[in-house]
Amino acid sequence: MFGKLTWSAIPLDQPIPLAASALVMLAGLAVLGLITWKRLWPYLWKEWITSVDHKRIGVMYIVLALVMLLRGFVDALMMRTQLALAAGGAQGYLPPEHYDQIFSAHGTIMIFFVAMTFMVGLMNFAVPLQLGIRDVAFPVLNSISFWLTAAGVLLVNLSLVVGEFAKTGWLAYPPLSELAYSPGVGVDYYLWSLQISGVGSLLSGINLTTTILKMRAPGMGYMRMPVFCWTALASNLLIIAAFPILTATFAMLLLDRYLGFHFFTNELGGNAMMYINLIWAWGHPEVYILILPAFGVFSEVIATFSEKPVFGYRSMVLATMAICVLSFMVWLHHFFTMGAGADVNGFFGIMTMIIAVPTGVKIFNWLFTLYGGQIRFGVPLYWALGFMVTFVVGGMTGVLLAIPPVDFVTHNSLFLVAHFHNVIIGGVLFGAFAGYTYWFPKAFGFRLHEGLGKAIFWCWFVGFYLAFMPLYALGLMGATRRMQHYPETEWQPLMIVALIGALVIAGGIVLAIVQLVVSIRQRDASRDETGDPWNGRTLEWSLPSPAPAWNFAVLPEVEGRDAFWAEKHRARTQQSESRPLTPIEIPRNSMIGVVIAFFAVILGFALVWHIWWMATAGLGGIVAAGLARAWTTATSDEIPAAELADTSHREGAPA
Amino acid sequence: MTAIAASSVPREMDAGDVPLSQRGPASPEIVVRFGFWLFLLSDIVIFAALFAAYAVLSKETAGGPSGAQLFDRTHTLIETGCLLASSFTCGMMSLAVERLQKMAIYLWAGVTFALGLAFVLMEIFEFSRMVAEGAGPTHSAFLSAFFTLVGTHGLHVTIGLCWLVVMAAQVGTLGLRPMVMRRLLCFGLFWHALDIVWIGVFTIVYLGAG
Repeated sequence: MFGKLTWSAIPLDQPIPLAASALVMLAGLAVLGLITWKRLWPYLWKEWITSVDHKRIGVMYIVLALVMLLRGFVDALMMRTQLALAAGGAQGYLPPEHYDQIFSAHGTIMIFFVAMTFMVGLMNFAVPLQLGIRDVAFPVLNSISFWLTAAGVLLVNLSLVVGEFAKTGWLAYPPLSELAYSPGVGVDYYLWSLQISGVGSLLSGINLTTTILKMRAPGMGYMRMPVFCWTALASNLLIIAAFPILTATFAMLLLDRYLGFHFFTNELGGNAMMYINLIWAWGHPEVYILILPAFGVFSEVIATFSEKPVFGYRSMVLATMAICVLSFMVWLHHFFTMGAGADVNGFFGIMTMIIAVPTGVKIFNWLFTLYGGQIRFGVPLYWALGFMVTFVVGGMTGVLLAIPPVDFVTHNSLFLVAHFHNVIIGGVLFGAFAGYTYWFPKAFGFRLHEGLGKAIFWCWFVGFYLAFMPLYALGLMGATRRMQHYPETEWQPLMIVALIGALVIAGGIVLAIVQLVVSIRQRDASRDETGDPWNGRTLEWSLPSPAPAWNFAVLPEVEGRDAFWAEKHRARTQQSESRPLTPIEIPRNSMIGVVIAFFAVILGFALVWHIWWMATAGLGGIVAAGLARAWTTATSDEIPAAELADTSHREGAPA
Repeated sequence: MTAIAASSVPREMDAGDVPLSQRGPASPEIVVRFGFWLFLLSDIVIFAALFAAYAVLSKETAGGPSGAQLFDRTHTLIETGCLLASSFTCGMMSLAVERLQKMAIYLWAGVTFALGLAFVLMEIFEFSRMVAEGAGPTHSAFLSAFFTLVGTHGLHVTIGLCWLVVMAAQVGTLGLRPMVMRRLLCFGLFWHALDIVWIGVFTIVYLGAG
């Protein structure tokens, strides 16, 4: 009846997982209880859960990412504490099978459900506003994408309570991840949650690419798009080209595990290295999917806070697209030790060094944008400057690792761990916080607390260096990744420094929560009345904050780069006065996203536990929901001109 | 459909003066079809990964039968003929959609469905024969890759058949409104894309088996 699922799936005998899952469930129940007590369900259902507004969906992506950042960071703290303790003969407090689950969950969650989710959220929120349009190309599909991501998140967290998570590392290399060596449900949780959220990512990539290529406002030619839109385009093109590889690769591993196929097994001709090639053919573009939107955020922030147009716009666009193409030609540098031979390794080593060139171009462009500018040291610029320093260090260690003989020595050491945290925290996460601070007033109509914002930055900046510089040294001393304990007592002081760094970062995370609470409480003092809190350059700042559901009552006529800046300086009369308001259609809310995600969770859970009747029900539910949608003909509402005029001309709207 | 017709924003200036990239948001017809093209490209990337896996594993027969011993090319040629013919009839259906001829749509959809179904049944027959001969997907890496690549294509055709039935029902109940016509044209793109993938399968898997 319930497949492999029995009461033994609940970790009653292991105190740490049990306490963690009890805490997560209590927190979840507390939130649900609070919503019920405050009678917020109708509001949440109507305004958020069924919303197809790209701004709302973007905000929900970012909320999801911030919640998962807490989960992923708790994993990180546990690992750092374990390694600070487990020196010499000591074993620490985490048994190996639990430690293995923690580092696997940490990597999976941080990449897929924090970094990726955060960046998709920022792109969803800002791209249509910057392009001067009312929504993405397929608003309902956008909602489905978000809810499928949320379904993947739910499945990963379910593994904490029911069963276990993968013990294989965040990419689940075979043959370890094959049934013979991982007979439990951990790998299945990993695979199904990423398959479900992967479909969401792919659909979101198609949606945003179509939006950018086919939906720009009149006059918004390609070479007039803000740099963030260019980087979003590159990132989403990469999603379309790379995510299907992940889907196909995971499908092959699933066939091995569920139906006894032999793609990656040790027996009957299977080839485990093929998995590693395929997964990195997705995995290397993936790191550019993450970093390119962050580059875009920094371009916007640096130009805005220097009061100058971005330096070398054309070279910025070229560099972005060069990275987009080159990112598919470097995947083998993740496993030079496979032994492909000197010529193959040489090729991929050189390609990896070449891809550093367009990135260097960007760094110089940002420096020259700052040069001679009227710099205002706002919080987003703090993140941008911290990024430039940190990312250059991470990039240089990356070029070191790109040299095959060096890589043979440092492969899978803590040097590598330090390198990719250096670029992902220093690049993606700093970019996420910059974007969060920068666009927050546009989403909610008030600014985040400035002083606390700076404190958060310093915690992360200092904490990062304390936590990861020791790891570079430890890596060169021979410490490998994914070790649960180590005999060398001389490593312990550096491990303790790394733990202190993690604690400083924890301070940054706590302050981020404090900042949110304080900013909400003091919102009347920090209201954004003008819609243009940073003296912005791009079209989103021409709208009131928060922007109305339809963004632009009249689509703007774009005549050049930095459209809003030009408009401000020409001091033109407002366009909507010269052009009459006409009624517009906006897409109607739809519950199909959350319904499909509900059945997707049932489907995923049933497949993990081999409950075939439940899997059939889940699939049937998805098909039925799709068919119901196919016969829905009333999909949009008309907003009359009077209502448009009323909201877009309210007090404080930009003139 | 020309790009000029795509501009949904009425403009006083002659559209010919404005560069293509500056003419404002495209029409829903163009946006939907473009999005669907992107989806098809992503689907073809899935097949590319499966082709790559097949190429790596095609010699890994683990002492079991090879493709040359297993494949019946006459059978596959007839199968291929069915699918290519269905692509033609699907094209006829798309023409009928543009001319708003409901009966012709039903007729060509019916022929397309019958040919597609014949293709799927022949594939199921081939698969069951191989499994009966002891050459199922669990017997070697080569067979795993073969069944996955060809089976994924077959699954796509099967989903296409279900989609075609749904579209016939949509034409019957909703009539030829723009939404339904857009979907019918997307179905056409999907069906032709599967044909292209099959050309690859036929060439690389069946003819390439030596």
